Amino acid sequence: MNGTIQAPTIEYALLAPMLVVFGAAIVGVLVEAFAPRYLRSAIHVPLTLLSLAGAFALTIWQAAAKGIPTKAAAMGAVAVDGPALFIWGTILVLAFVSVLLIKGEDHFVAAASAVPGSAEEEQALHEGAAHSEIYPLVLFAVGGMLLFPAANDLLVAFVALEVMSLPLYLLCGLARRRRLLSQEAAVKYFLLGAFSSAFFLYGTALLYGYAGSIDLAKISTAVGSVGGQDTLLYIGAAMLGVGLLFKIGAAPFQAWKPDVYQGAPTPITALMASGTLVAAFGALVRVFWVGLGGLDWDWRPVLYGVAILTMVVGAVLAITQTDIKRMLAYSSIAHGGFLLVGVIATGKAAAQNASALSGILFYLVAYGFTTVGAFAVVTMVRDAGGEAWHLSRWAGLGKRSPLLAGIFAFFLLAFAGIPLTSGFFGKYAVFQAAVSGGALPLVIVGVVASAVAAFFYVRVIVLMFFSDPAADGPSIVLPSRGTAAVVGLAVLATVVLGVYPQPVLDLAHSAAQSLFVR
Amino acid sequence: MHIVYPVVVSALLFSIGVYGVLARRNAILVLMSVELMLNAVNLNLVAFDVWLRDRLHGGQVLTLFVIVIAAAEVGLGLAIVLAVFRNRKTIDVDRLRDLSEDLTEADPEEVRP
Repeated sequence: MNGTIQAPTIEYALLAPMLVVFGAAIVGVLVEAFAPRYLRSAIHVPLTLLSLAGAFALTIWQAAAKGIPTKAAAMGAVAVDGPALFIWGTILVLAFVSVLLIKGEDHFVAAASAVPGSAEEEQALHEGAAHSEIYPLVLFAVGGMLLFPAANDLLVAFVALEVMSLPLYLLCGLARRRRLLSQEAAVKYFLLGAFSSAFFLYGTALLYGYAGSIDLAKISTAVGSVGGQDTLLYIGAAMLGVGLLFKIGAAPFQAWKPDVYQGAPTPITALMASGTLVAAFGALVRVFWVGLGGLDWDWRPVLYGVAILTMVVGAVLAITQTDIKRMLAYSSIAHGGFLLVGVIATGKAAAQNASALSGILFYLVAYGFTTVGAFAVVTMVRDAGGEAWHLSRWAGLGKRSPLLAGIFAFFLLAFAGIPLTSGFFGKYAVFQAAVSGGALPLVIVGVVASAVAAFFYVRVIVLMFFSDPAADGPSIVLPSRGTAAVVGLAVLATVVLGVYPQPVLDLAHSAAQSLFVR
Repeated sequence: MHIVYPVVVSALLFSIGVYGVLARRNAILVLMSVELMLNAVNLNLVAFDVWLRDRLHGGQVLTLFVIVIAAAEVGLGLAIVLAVFRNRKTIDVDRLRDLSEDLTEADPEEVRP
């Protein structure tokens, strides 16, 4: 009894990207409290962009100079391994791009608490008020996105899930135009999100009762050794799965996605469609492979069904949509289904797992950039009352603005997975892993669903180029430098990943090679 | 006390919460039902913690986290519900139907700004 205790070790250098983002978010809150109103945006924008860029640089430095760690950090709570570092880099770039889009135009309401058309609203507009809180909120959401795929125990996963989701619920309700739709989207997202996170938690509690720990590695060892409490295990795993599948918008739980994507301000939709999907997929793969890997005989058939349903529902329902953002939301659901094909394509051999994982990682990068670019184009096509959301308004866009329509058509072709775009190699990597993993029927369904999806992408292209523009058609706003940079970067990424994907494929492969730490 | 009692009580509580979310139409009551579900989780975690004689008390620690995050969630949820109520004078979730499938077929001019 010499009075010493063993202090926990925390690898600050490993966690640095995340700490930078969270630190900048907290500084942002302080700026909001102490800086005068006219200065706030001028401080927030560089702070947000610099912290995201700095976190990206730290992630690269960690991966390149110090190598990929082989042990979970922070006493086993956060696993900063190859896939996590790759996903971090992806999320940080996508978030940077989304912030450029957020600061681009006046997408956000001046005073969220004021009723549209009221005297308060008039006054807020007159004073030039703005909710500069959106920048710290975005940073908190991005911090949660970074933590979620790296969470190595269910407590951290739950906290990350909420830190990611809570700011997004608020951000959804802050659109400047079509405010009622935006607030309705926030209510729907919030209620369904809280409902699903309660399922996630109940699953956590049951798995804790089963394994005696919430650590994914310990749950994994308990799956093989603890007997006689299989009810707890099965119900717990199922409920955990419901919570995770909700976040990626897989088929029985996809109902929120079109509503929320349609109602939310378009830059926030871009952030959700790219960053949240990437983060949630990272977490889903980690929980199912690391934590419940020994149970794969049981969850594989279920995910098989979910993947088929997701692809079919996403592709078929997208055909009937007349709202451009809703259509992109259904396309995002279908892409979630394609990615689930990769999750199922695991086998007993480590090489098979690595190829499935690298396929998923490459797909996430390819899809993330294309979807941000597509939503950036959506922000630029304007009607008198805001964005021209109805598809009929897009008719003849190719004759008014060939460049913009061409870029959008290119993104749609990438979504469809036409060769020479990034989408082709993403689908190829995932489907190839699935074929060698013995999931051929799933791949056939996937290819058919892609063909159905291609139909409605091509329909939009035909609408843009081969029909006459309406006399009072939408105007194309001259993009701000930020928006133009976003579109340019997204086009560049889609072309480069489609023509010369090898560097990124290699990177994804080497990130996936070590698989997840346990 | 046998572990089955608290586990069954919490399962019942969770089921009541699920029923409430599905059956209630008032957004505040839906929120309260979600809270009921979270409290079922808390009861479950504490009971398992005692049953497993967890030396690190992982279950109780997780319970504290759940309580804090549930409080944050309620704060945020009430803010969103309040904003909707100011604009629409109703928080009936069945009447929030502007973002549903059938209306998207309508003419763009008919939708309220």
